[in-house]
Amino acid sequence: MAVPDAGTAAADRAGAPARRVARRPGRAFSVTRLPGFGLVAVTVFVLLYAPIATLIVYSFNDAPTISVWGGFSLRWYADAWANQQVKDAALRSLLIASFAAAISTTVATMAALGTTRRGRFPGQTFIYVMINQPLMVPEIVTAVALLIFFAAIKVATGYQGLGYLILAHSAFCVPFAYLPIRARLESMDLSLETAAADLYATPWQTFRRVTLPLMAPGIAAGAMLAFVISLDDVIITEFVKSAGQDTLPTYMLGKLRRAITPEVNAISTALLGLTVLLLTAFFLLTRKRG
Amino acid sequence: MSLATESGRDRARARNGWLLSLPALVLLIVGASGPLLIVVTYSFLKPGEYSGVIWEFSGQAWFQVLFQRDIFDGTLGWADAHLTIFWRSVRLSLLTTAITFAAGLPTAWFIAMQPPDRRAMWLFLITIPFWTNLLIRTFAIMEVIRNEGILNSALMGLGLIDRPVQILYTDTAILIGMAYVYLPLMVLPLYAAIDRFDLRLMEAGYDLYASRMRVLRRIILPIIRPGIVAGSILVFVPSLGAYVTPRLLGGGKNMMIGNFIELQFGQGRNWPLGSALSMVLLAVVMIALLVYVRVAARGDVVR
Repeated sequence: MAVPDAGTAAADRAGAPARRVARRPGRAFSVTRLPGFGLVAVTVFVLLYAPIATLIVYSFNDAPTISVWGGFSLRWYADAWANQQVKDAALRSLLIASFAAAISTTVATMAALGTTRRGRFPGQTFIYVMINQPLMVPEIVTAVALLIFFAAIKVATGYQGLGYLILAHSAFCVPFAYLPIRARLESMDLSLETAAADLYATPWQTFRRVTLPLMAPGIAAGAMLAFVISLDDVIITEFVKSAGQDTLPTYMLGKLRRAITPEVNAISTALLGLTVLLLTAFFLLTRKRG
Repeated sequence: MSLATESGRDRARARNGWLLSLPALVLLIVGASGPLLIVVTYSFLKPGEYSGVIWEFSGQAWFQVLFQRDIFDGTLGWADAHLTIFWRSVRLSLLTTAITFAAGLPTAWFIAMQPPDRRAMWLFLITIPFWTNLLIRTFAIMEVIRNEGILNSALMGLGLIDRPVQILYTDTAILIGMAYVYLPLMVLPLYAAIDRFDLRLMEAGYDLYASRMRVLRRIILPIIRPGIVAGSILVFVPSLGAYVTPRLLGGGKNMMIGNFIELQFGQGRNWPLGSALSMVLLAVVMIALLVYVRVAARGDVVR
């Protein structure tokens, strides 16, 4: 095992190269080692992934119950694919997530441009609190509030469409879109825009040709996060949806309360795959280079 | 530069900031914050016969949160059923926080001690489960702990037990589920705190003949305290408001406050009580967050 880097750095700073050499082999004294910590950490990682791995493995189980292994099969994927309810729910989930990601990312980009760099202004704290409010208020409380609010509007206007879900999802996705965009903006150098202005670019040209391309990775990351958050939402969707407006998660919630078939494993695995794909893209986009 | 243009620039800056933030604010007020005010209003009304409310002022809902009148002689008493649910919510949330801390501290330490180029990968491994669907993760735990699940099969295979232990649909199941689901929220702030921790302080401790336990207790834990507080709040707050996990793992009977609120809007047909309970939950969460903000601010001053 390599000596942890931080320990080496500390030893360097302490000016003790001899001790570093001495510490390298095997189980000699290491400053950063704490008894049992490594074991607990490895156990945590195993326990974190074991249930998910089991779920994925059993989605390929041929047997109709989840307790017995009956050989490899894709029948539950075929079942889920052939199930019209699942298909509708999946399309509805993707539709809502696309709208929610587009809307929340647009308003979050504007807000991030308004609230970062160039110094503070009165009311900025209020704006921060408002934007991050969905992260603070328990989801069940927001869900109940929206249920009451939208129930009244549904009665008053007669409109029952997906608009309510899109509105609710767009709202709670705002902080998730905002935070990566803001982080990106704050790490950007203002001097490039100053240089553009010095070269007689109009504010719009500067924004279009300098600022926007520079912040694009942040915007893409924010949009992806918003998409994932919308796709995964259960509670608010469950309370806001009208009859026949199941998304994939609420469809699964309904299934989980009744008899569970490996079909749920198959749907879960597919959804999991999509999420991990998007997250990997997010990870690559936000990774610091060099 | 004259003072007038300076303040003029400040004003333009504030106007731009507000204008650019306006669409986000409108969206959030319509789709999240504004409706909370309606909930406050509803908590002071009378319940409708089937659902909804009757527009008459009443403090009944707030009274019902803690008290009840006896059906027969009208004497005043505590609402025992409600207190049981509150106590379960608080107890399970505190236990979840304790368990995630016990498991999260070594994990965060382990990640922070990895070579820098590998740390991002380990952090990513912690975050993946966090971003994946809460429902799927709860379902995965359900599969593990059910009577015919892997845990019971393994224990029976080893001959440790004769018949399956009933874990699913108990408080223990909720606890396992919440600890599993919220663990990343503990690990990430702990990692951030440990990452900034100066390891030379540990060396100094050892040089002065401190034992490992002493170094952990007297040097590491006090210094990473802001991270501990942040992680604890981040786990405690969603645990207290949990809905999906207790609903699936606790079955119908072992309700937490989130499920109890939902019940009032469903079969309970008592929207005002549900509204009052929501406000109680919100108030507790806000107090926890205020504590966090104050501790975090103090941590900055020390640094």
